[in-house]
Amino acid sequence: MLLQQLISGFATGGLYALAALGLVLIYKTSDVVNFAQGEMAMFSTFIAYTAMTSYGMSYWEAFILALLFASALGFIVERFFIRPIQNAPVLSLLIVTLGLMMIVNGIAGWVFGFETHSFPAIVGGELKIFDAVISKSNLLTLVITVFIMGILFYMLKYTLAGIAIRATSENPTIARLMGIAVNHVYSITWVVSSILGAIAGMFIAPTTFLDVNMMSSVLLKAFTAAVLGGFTTFVGPVVGGLILGVLENIASGYISAQLSSTFAFALIVIMLWIKPTGLVGQKVGKKV
Amino acid sequence: MLSLIDIESSYGYVKVLKGITIEIKEGDIVAILGANGAGKTTMLRTISGLLKPSRGKIEFMGERIDGKPPEIIVSKGIVQSPEGRQIFPSLSVLENLKIGAYTRKDRNNLSKDLDMIYHYFPRLKERQNQIAGTLSGGEQQMLAIARALMAKPKLLMLDEPSLGLAPRVVKEIFEIIKEINQEGVTVLLVEQNARQALAIANYAYILQTGLVVMEGKAEDLKNNEEVKATYLGGKSPGSNVN
Ligand SMILES: Nc1ncnc2c1ncn2[C@@H]1O[C@H](COP(=O)(O)OP(=O)(O)O)[C@@H](O)[C@H]1O
Ligand SMILES: [Mg+2]
Repeated sequence: MLLQQLISGFATGGLYALAALGLVLIYKTSDVVNFAQGEMAMFSTFIAYTAMTSYGMSYWEAFILALLFASALGFIVERFFIRPIQNAPVLSLLIVTLGLMMIVNGIAGWVFGFETHSFPAIVGGELKIFDAVISKSNLLTLVITVFIMGILFYMLKYTLAGIAIRATSENPTIARLMGIAVNHVYSITWVVSSILGAIAGMFIAPTTFLDVNMMSSVLLKAFTAAVLGGFTTFVGPVVGGLILGVLENIASGYISAQLSSTFAFALIVIMLWIKPTGLVGQKVGKKV
Repeated sequence: MLSLIDIESSYGYVKVLKGITIEIKEGDIVAILGANGAGKTTMLRTISGLLKPSRGKIEFMGERIDGKPPEIIVSKGIVQSPEGRQIFPSLSVLENLKIGAYTRKDRNNLSKDLDMIYHYFPRLKERQNQIAGTLSGGEQQMLAIARALMAKPKLLMLDEPSLGLAPRVVKEIFEIIKEINQEGVTVLLVEQNARQALAIANYAYILQTGLVVMEGKAEDLKNNEEVKATYLGGKSPGSNVN
């Protein structure tokens, strides 16, 4: 029972972490909080769904297509909606991403309709380990999530592009003085963030079902993960997401699944109250 | 090598540079002196492409560069070590140096260049895996210069490298600047510490509220009564006391 809950908790938590990493990646490099992240992910998930149901693509073909779409979407949103106003006050940028959230949601409803669809899991079936019954799709989701995070962290830590992203997130002006085209960095972070969101969307859709509002609660969980772990580091959201996933799983097992959003909000409030910088966050001076 | 011709630069409606003309010869150390607020940093920001001049032109090795973005200017060989050091504090020393070499095409030579950097700044080698924010002020200044050197600059621009450092450290850093220059790098040295700057410079300009008010060979300026009184004496407004 416990092993089972841990695995499925980690699997969901890993997805929150992926979405949260997307948020943090953009926030750290450009100070933008992307409220549209969830809706963009939902839209990409619908692309995969449509590719499978209307165009007869296989799961993985549709998956790749959705990731390509997500890349383009992230690129376009940054290039045409965010970059023109990148020097605007933080509040204006918030309003823009909130607006985008509603626009993408509206367009999705118009294009795909408001019905709820079931979305296939990566694999079916279950696995018996000792006396625990573990869903194969949970296990595979977890493996893939860990793998993706591994690649992401490796790139951030060791590649020149990754170091440039971190440098830009510390001080964009000085990064420019060192010859980094920070606009390219912003493009890259939006593309990667959109891809991470789409992966989270497609892996979570089998449990939440697919409809235009599927990501609103996931986005909330991603924010919780980021706040819980700390918005200022890349490890923070991973830690936060995994903890949230497990706690939520246990809580819904013993208390009520309906309360999971309430639970997430309560966690945000408590965390901000105890340690505003998050579990692994550090205090940082405001960028100028 | 670099000439600014009648350059005007503004922040919004506030005009800070009001028509500056300077000329830097290849191989020289040229000092830009002036009190706080004279426009020295603004001049460097304009050369680096962070600010677009509203009038005038900038030529580097016979080519116009005003209005070009910083990444192009860096790749042409003009690199600056900014005021207040401004290293990337949460990156390691080595990562800071790698960012310095960001625009370089010849990445194969990087380890050779690191050796060269560590020869100038042996302390950075000992600390190459340390988080840069934990270095001392002097070490951070060395890192800022080293990071700029990693770009293989033809023209190295240093914005107040002596700022806030102990006299002994300032002396050490100025000796290294001289050594770097002798290896063939042209240096544009912005300083409030006029005495130290004139000691190593060939030529100098004095800036006051966005205008060049005096220029000349460093040794001439050193002996100029007016310069002595305002910039080398103790009563100078806002100048460094080192
Ligand atoms: N970002 C900015 N926005 C508006 N005014 C500025 C800005 N930076 C500098 N200034 C003004 O420009 C003038 C010159 O500043 P600066 O170039 O930093 O001088 P210096 O480097 O010689 O001390 C000062 O009056 C300063 O207040
Ligand atoms: Mg200055």
